[in-house]
Amino acid sequence: MKHITTTLKLFALLMVVVGFIYPVAVTVLAQLFFPEEAGGSLLYDSSGDLTGSALIGQPFSDPKYFWSRPSATSGYPYNPLASGGSNLGPTNKDLIGQISNRTEILKSSGIRAPVPSDLVEASASGLDPHISLESGLVQISRVAKARNLDEETLRKLVLEHVEERQFGFLGEQRINVLKLNLALENVK
Amino acid sequence: MTAMEIFFDIGVMLFFLIVLTLLIKPLGTYMTYVYQGKRTFLSPILVPLENLIYKASGIKQDEEMDWKDYAKALLLFNSLGLIVLFLILLFQGILPLNPRGFPGFPPDLAFNTAVSFVTNTNWQAYSGETTASYLTQMSGLSVQNFLSAATGMCIAIALIRGFTRRTSQTIGNFWQDVTKSVLYILIPISIIAALLLVSQGVIQNFDPYANSSLLQSFQTQDGQSINNQILPMGPVASQEAIKEFGTNGGGFFNANSAHPFENPTPLTNYLEILLILLIPFSLTYTFGRFTGNTRQGWALYATIMMLFTIFLGVMYWSEYNGNPIVQKLGVTGSYMEGKEVRFGIGGSVLFAVSTTGTSSGAVNSMHDSLTPIGGMIAMLLILLGEVVPGGVGSGLYTILAFAIVAVFIAGLMIGRTPEYLGKKIEVFEMRMSVLIVLTSGILVLIFVSIALVTYAGISSILNPGQHGLSELLYAFASASNNNGSAFAGLNADTLFYNILTAIAMLIGRFVPGVAALAMAGSLAKKKYIPPGIGTLPTHQITFVLWLAVVILIVGALTFFPAMSLGPIVEHMIMNAGQ
Repeated sequence: MKHITTTLKLFALLMVVVGFIYPVAVTVLAQLFFPEEAGGSLLYDSSGDLTGSALIGQPFSDPKYFWSRPSATSGYPYNPLASGGSNLGPTNKDLIGQISNRTEILKSSGIRAPVPSDLVEASASGLDPHISLESGLVQISRVAKARNLDEETLRKLVLEHVEERQFGFLGEQRINVLKLNLALENVK
Repeated sequence: MTAMEIFFDIGVMLFFLIVLTLLIKPLGTYMTYVYQGKRTFLSPILVPLENLIYKASGIKQDEEMDWKDYAKALLLFNSLGLIVLFLILLFQGILPLNPRGFPGFPPDLAFNTAVSFVTNTNWQAYSGETTASYLTQMSGLSVQNFLSAATGMCIAIALIRGFTRRTSQTIGNFWQDVTKSVLYILIPISIIAALLLVSQGVIQNFDPYANSSLLQSFQTQDGQSINNQILPMGPVASQEAIKEFGTNGGGFFNANSAHPFENPTPLTNYLEILLILLIPFSLTYTFGRFTGNTRQGWALYATIMMLFTIFLGVMYWSEYNGNPIVQKLGVTGSYMEGKEVRFGIGGSVLFAVSTTGTSSGAVNSMHDSLTPIGGMIAMLLILLGEVVPGGVGSGLYTILAFAIVAVFIAGLMIGRTPEYLGKKIEVFEMRMSVLIVLTSGILVLIFVSIALVTYAGISSILNPGQHGLSELLYAFASASNNNGSAFAGLNADTLFYNILTAIAMLIGRFVPGVAALAMAGSLAKKKYIPPGIGTLPTHQITFVLWLAVVILIVGALTFFPAMSLGPIVEHMIMNAGQ
């Protein structure tokens, strides 16, 4: 019996500490020191409208944009309310069919084989904002043609948008597709 | 992949493991001081708060408990946690901080989720971004992230006291152990970690979901025009920190640590992996420090680190080799299905080994899409009983049970008296150790068999053939061992799986836990026997290797048939290109 009252009191106190005080304290500190990051790294256009988050990918299929990775989110690609991967196993015929189809589409859009894997294989989150440098480079000629731009100008733009390994050694070299495409809109 | 990339990956992994190892002694020492009630640098701030909590709850500081009392308190505390969380989930719809107006969880899902978070499993049959309100996340689920981790640590510390006390009836005071775990260890590091995560882009707010336009609108296959994106928000970083640090693993979002709002950069990725491994590895040092012989702790560390490195190597090799079927289609580069570009193969594999070797179960890649051998390593790490290095606390008491089994078998083989740390190992300790070591394995085999012969069991499978068997095996391995990760293709939100996995989680958590406390009580009563010529030394390389062999034999013999039918056959099929 003694244990029961102690349980009730201690649980209630610890719940207040870790379930309310702790998250609220972290929120206050986060909003104080890193307001943009805490708010979702949101991107706004010149008229102040929300155009996305630097961390969340968007789907592109128009030849005049650089394309993101395939996304397996349910409903439609890059649906942030349904984050997740395809969960298809490596020998699943559906997966092989999908990768084969995507490879064909990329080839017919003017990309010569071999195709970089991240452009035909779905990400884990379905919201991956990045592609590899190779995947950026192989799309230059298509985008250049669609926009009537010089390939060399685009190449420079792509290289400007390369994010190197963090501190020079952590993670992978990558390109943020949304940021690259937003910059592309301003190239004359 | 080029030789340069392999060089980078291996270099970063080595660097990471060195950093981890360097942190073990400071954190292990700190935890020793905390549980021994010594002063630490945080005492000036925390002692008043601690005393206030004791006073308000009627906890007497000088009162100790025998093992039965300790177990009763622990079970009561966890039962209350289960009830409160269940009610929060059920009535979420009428509770505040619910900007999306999510309804309450259905009863079976609420039960499954409540059990899952109380048992430190964090198996998730729901998607956070479309199911759980901010209140549910931070004041329901996240509370259990703290308390279930603290519970595991209490059991481990009680068992350590069993070894270090002589002819004692008591093994500590649960109320104090749980309070100290939360106040001194879990909260301070979680605050620092959460802020580091926010600085990199992990979100922390109570804003409504943001509605953003898309740069390029598009049409779905059924002709629906999509021109905007709803960006989920919430107090993510505070939950992310304790999710990793308490080896909980339950993601704020469905994609878990693959989600850019949970794990946006390579730095957050390695920080999260570090948080997952810190307490389980450091507790080996705490163990050595408590027993007065740190070499005993380093021997456990060596066993664990050896197994960890081997499994890491095999999974890296398998993921690096990728999928030959896809390579034949004219695709170049690493196998990226279910992986994120910013982490690459190295950051994904290190995360996968760490999350399955501990009982975390957070994921930054989709384990269902790993190569067959990669997926098998993840599953094997879980099936070994979560000892490489296992969950916070649960890992230590499980590996101590393995050590007792190893000492006993060695004693039988070479005619030495079975003793561990000066305590005679007798029938009762062996019974409890076997219970700790085998409970989860027995659960897995029984539950997988049930699932395989029922329609409700097999109808949830996503992938056909061998991989489907792996999905089932992984689900019950994960639940019984309180891991919580999944081959997520399995449709787990059904009445069948919600109830069965909940039962597996409960038995897999509390039967070994109470057995460890019973063993602690029995050991504490024993006299100390100084080591003689008949004593097997347990801090030398021979014992380290022997312990590893015992762990592998128990795991491999129990599951070799199932592994052969699932991942091993699939590996052969994949390499034959079919």
